[in-house]
Amino acid sequence: MSTVFPQWEVFVRARRGLDHQHAGSVHAPDGETALRAARDLFTRRQEGVSLWVVPSTEIVASDPADVDALFGPAADKAYRFPTNYDLPPEVDHM
Amino acid sequence: MSQEHFDALIEADERIEPDDWMPDDYRNTLVRQIAQHAHSEIIGMQPEGEWITRAPSLRRKAILTAKVQDEAGHGLYLYGAAESLGTPRAELLDRLHAKTQKYSSIFNYPTPEWADVGAIGWLVDGAAIMNQVPLCRCSYGPYGRAMVRICKEESFHQRQGYQIMLSLSEGTPEQQAMAQRALDRWWWPSVMMFGPPDGDSPNTGRSMAWGIKRFTNDELRQNFVDATVPQAELLGLTPPDDALVWNAERGHYDFGEPDWDEFARMVRGEGEIPDLRIGVRRAAHDDGDWVRAAAAAYADKQAARSAA
Amino acid sequence: MAADLLTHVLRQGDRALVLSHRLAQWITHAPTLEEDVALANISLDLLGQARHLFTYAGELEGEGHDEDHFAYWRDASEFRNPLLVEQPNGDFAVTIARQVFHDQAAVLYWESMTDSGDPTIAALAARARNETAFHLQHSAGWLIRLGDGTDESRRRAQAAVDAMWPFTSELLGADDEGALRADGLIGESIESTWQVAVADILLGAGLERPTSTEQCTGGLHGAHSEHLEPLLHEMQGLARAHPGATW
Repeated sequence: MSTVFPQWEVFVRARRGLDHQHAGSVHAPDGETALRAARDLFTRRQEGVSLWVVPSTEIVASDPADVDALFGPAADKAYRFPTNYDLPPEVDHM
Repeated sequence: MSQEHFDALIEADERIEPDDWMPDDYRNTLVRQIAQHAHSEIIGMQPEGEWITRAPSLRRKAILTAKVQDEAGHGLYLYGAAESLGTPRAELLDRLHAKTQKYSSIFNYPTPEWADVGAIGWLVDGAAIMNQVPLCRCSYGPYGRAMVRICKEESFHQRQGYQIMLSLSEGTPEQQAMAQRALDRWWWPSVMMFGPPDGDSPNTGRSMAWGIKRFTNDELRQNFVDATVPQAELLGLTPPDDALVWNAERGHYDFGEPDWDEFARMVRGEGEIPDLRIGVRRAAHDDGDWVRAAAAAYADKQAARSAA
Repeated sequence: MAADLLTHVLRQGDRALVLSHRLAQWITHAPTLEEDVALANISLDLLGQARHLFTYAGELEGEGHDEDHFAYWRDASEFRNPLLVEQPNGDFAVTIARQVFHDQAAVLYWESMTDSGDPTIAALAARARNETAFHLQHSAGWLIRLGDGTDESRRRAQAAVDAMWPFTSELLGADDEGALRADGLIGESIESTWQVAVADILLGAGLERPTSTEQCTGGLHGAHSEHLEPLLHEMQGLARAHPGATW
């Protein structure tokens, strides 16, 4: 049976000042090799200054069945947004 | 309820993501389509890759190496997208090697001359780009996002191919003749790359309803011919189609009927080249087994050492 | 006879070009798709270095020759690469052993050349050193995994190290470049540093450092093995079939 490498999720910080973003995945036997593979695959066109690789099995994800319970309640809390507050024009720049 | 939710997302032109419920047919169609696309990138490395060591200038050598490297990268992006649907890469490769999953039959044509490298970039990548740009809006998130990445990289592929043809057409009589021969070889296969006529394409309707396919085969084919004929004229080359003529009424080029029997033969994988292409893939995979086994063994040892 | 700067530059350019070509022969045949991408990356970097070096060689020579002249229109006896880089790829272990020995020398070479009195080479050296440092991480990483992997991989890795060892002395500098050194154009010998660094990598890989002192040389002076001609035939054939053509 042929050897199978584990899958790693790749996160790239494109430029100083930005967050790491998920870019895709690579297959590699270990983290060091995964980093090199990610560098070759995702930063050939100067798209990166920092790379993270994480074994795909280590990602803990929210359950799609819970989407309503997790994210629904945020919907009716308008008081969290600045637009909810009318202020006199002289101080409205706050 | 999941089917309703899925239908609502498709209706709203929203994206389906890996952890969403999806009909089995949608999942299976996507795996097959994405895998076929990935296999095509990997196999497509071969007809051009064999010219890297023979490229006639260092600049062309560098460009071709970068292009073929991109194709490996595209294959990897696409295998990643297919894997998000639940099929491991190893299984997809097994199916390629066993010929139970296909790749684009355009790569079953040989590349006997340097000009074929130019023609492939100009015509085959040109046709692929037409197919691919709409796929950037594919309903399945990971596939669409992989396509956005690929499209950014792909346009240099076509430009470098056209530039090769331009150099040849401005060159010696031998180079000009070489360019025409390549166009003669690659014109019809490229036209047929868009698949059978709409009437003979049973999956098109469903794929379009699911947001996997955005234009029909014939629509894309017409766009391709309309864009490419003026490009050929600029090169002073003539596509091998006597029926090719501008139709002012339609506002499009009329063109001849492709040889769909030949297309069917190529899709069935007749001839020596399909075995050659798969053979190279299998040999790389099999010969590399001891290497992968070594890397895995080392990783296990390192894990044991850190645990100790 | 003392080597001039042109000869030195051609030695480096030929080294980079021939090794780049060897690595390009791996594309579509590598053990993983990720490795196809990795080897293509190294091949491209080396090709880029070769192109810069040949362009500079053309300026030094002053006969209006461009990069393609040096790559396509010289015969094997005019090439000045070390014998190591023209050796066939063999299995992946041979390719990696060859690459480790090469990359360790190249990193040290480019590092020292950042201080070269020649501004053109010094500028090239800064970029080449960074590229080569990454190549060395890749090749050394693999040699360790092969040496410390399975019994089979260790056996192949040791055989590869033994097979490539006789070609290593040419990587460490030529015997006729004293004048260039005296003029501050090239740096001090990298030999002892190379020996220590390579011994370290071999130790980490669980591999034996070959004890044989027999070395094959001649490439730097144009005396090549039987492998260079077929390689150049493949590389140069099409260009030579159309003299004067542009591509």
